[in-house]
Amino acid sequence: MEALLAVLVGAFFATAVYLMLSRHSVRMLLGIAILGNAVNLLIFTGGRLTREVPPIIGAGLDALPEGAANPLPQALILTAIVISFSFFAFLLVLTYRAYQDLGTDDTDEMRLAEPKDDPMPPLGY
Amino acid sequence: MAATTSAPIDLSAALQLAPTPAADWLVILPPALMIGLGAVLMMLRHRIRLHAPIAIAGLAGLVLIDALLLWRVLAVGPVTMVMGRWLPPFGIAFSVDVFGAVMALVSAVVALAAAVAACTEIDDARLRYGFFPFLLLLMAGVSGAFLTGDIFNLYVWFEVLLISSFGLLILGSEREQIDGAMKYAVLNLIGTTLFLIAVGYLYAVFGTLNMADLVLKARSISGAPLMTLSCLFILAFAMKAAAFPVNFWLPASYHTPRVTVSALFGGLLTKVGIYALLRVMVMLFPLQLEELSLVVAVVAALTMLAAALGMLAQNDLRRLAGYAVIAGIGNMMAGIAVGSVAGLSGAIFYALHSMLAMTALYLVIGRAAALTGEWTLSAQGGLYQRAPGFAFVSLALFLAVAGLPPFSGLWPKIVLVKASLDIGAWWLAGSILLSGFLVTIALARVFLLVYWRPAPGPQAGEGTLPAAAFGPILALGLLIVLFGLFPEWPLSLSQEAAAGLIDPAAYLGSVFPGGGAR
Repeated sequence: MEALLAVLVGAFFATAVYLMLSRHSVRMLLGIAILGNAVNLLIFTGGRLTREVPPIIGAGLDALPEGAANPLPQALILTAIVISFSFFAFLLVLTYRAYQDLGTDDTDEMRLAEPKDDPMPPLGY
Repeated sequence: MAATTSAPIDLSAALQLAPTPAADWLVILPPALMIGLGAVLMMLRHRIRLHAPIAIAGLAGLVLIDALLLWRVLAVGPVTMVMGRWLPPFGIAFSVDVFGAVMALVSAVVALAAAVAACTEIDDARLRYGFFPFLLLLMAGVSGAFLTGDIFNLYVWFEVLLISSFGLLILGSEREQIDGAMKYAVLNLIGTTLFLIAVGYLYAVFGTLNMADLVLKARSISGAPLMTLSCLFILAFAMKAAAFPVNFWLPASYHTPRVTVSALFGGLLTKVGIYALLRVMVMLFPLQLEELSLVVAVVAALTMLAAALGMLAQNDLRRLAGYAVIAGIGNMMAGIAVGSVAGLSGAIFYALHSMLAMTALYLVIGRAAALTGEWTLSAQGGLYQRAPGFAFVSLALFLAVAGLPPFSGLWPKIVLVKASLDIGAWWLAGSILLSGFLVTIALARVFLLVYWRPAPGPQAGEGTLPAAAFGPILALGLLIVLFGLFPEWPLSLSQEAAAGLIDPAAYLGSVFPGGGAR
């Protein structure tokens, strides 16, 4: 199960990197969304995946039985999901606004803050 | 719901049964106060006249709390407070040592100066959209990052400061800002995601997130992919700190918002990246850092040289200041690459100097632009004639940024150059000096063109500015002069902070009072 998920996480990372290398902001955004999910799955896999051992502390014990899935990474993912979701929402609005105001979704053409014909500083007094 | 069968459980192994001592609450107070006041300001969003007084009072309180915290840490050593009284490594721990406390104190001073400067610069529309709440939440993230002792918690504080910085950056929604924010947001988000990947692997390897526990376990573990982890951490934090190959988001975005916001970002955000680099790499993975020290050193040299050349090529003063921020990052990374107590204390001292100096530099540029109505070197001029006092303060600041005596930039550079020569890295020392030389030329040219040269044309700026507009610059300038004239105090603090990072025995002792023999 872990091996399968490891391959899946790798595929997610590859897709995310491919999409983020695009010049178009919407594809970059999709890449970022997939990257966030790749990380979540990675942490999930890091906490052991199993259905055989129920994560219940039996009477008289004070720790989970050997081989049970670790609940802490799942808690970490919950935090990470909320954060990446809110960031994705912000970026989505920002991209839409950039498309409206700048009239392009090609990041190479977004040169307003760094104009191509920015003059050199004066060389003499 | 009450369990009827089980025997009473001994909680003392997992819980701190005695209530937390009142003095320990100081550790959590800075982020708690900032989040609380930020929420209060959001509730008062229609009463924008109340925002500035509340925020300034809150930030003054933050300075006071951080000063008390530093005083306490100096008196009794590192202080740890655990959330929900769960003993480490189970609960989230906030651990403060000299390094965290001194960074938190200087960041609070910088934020206070920026908040005062904002009163004369931020307009009503930006106030209505929440400038001060964003500022306070940013400070919650920054203080939390400096004070936490849990690496996942550090990630969360990174995100808190990141989302607040998005808000500040985009405030006003000018077209340049949207363009800059696209690049800033995407690249910083990728950087923190890399950090999260590294944290995920770290947990999979070590099974703990508490930094003190990690230090203990990293010593005993072998054969784990710690090198991969270290590379990921260095890349993630270098991205946050704007080190050379991954620095291009900074000059693309920092000049777009109001100059007070740029001042705040230039002073604080990149230094949080440096702080995290020092905390994680020096304290947790010293062996791996030593292996990678050549890589870090080359990155440092390239960062400072590329940034100094970038400064020479800029016409817009705000973009020039952005490159000045990056040049400082190169110097700090040089200290990290050297890795000795001297090198690290040089890096920490430089970070403290850079927080004050970069904020003041942006504020000075903002005031110069308000006086002349122009942002570019080619259009500005004649400021010396119009405001000689301001020109004097500006010159002092330029000398401090360039690292010339008698100001605060000189001493950390001396420490860094000496530390690199001590380990035989003459080329690193040479690049520090060369980059300092180029920065001196760039800033001297700014003084020549903007202050000495007569105005090249009619200028649309205001004739005079209220004295209040110069207050924060004077206060920061005074600190810079004091650091320059009496360097013993910040230097000894930096040395103590560096020693605490290299030998974290006291830090471990505060987290595990039982000696940490687990």
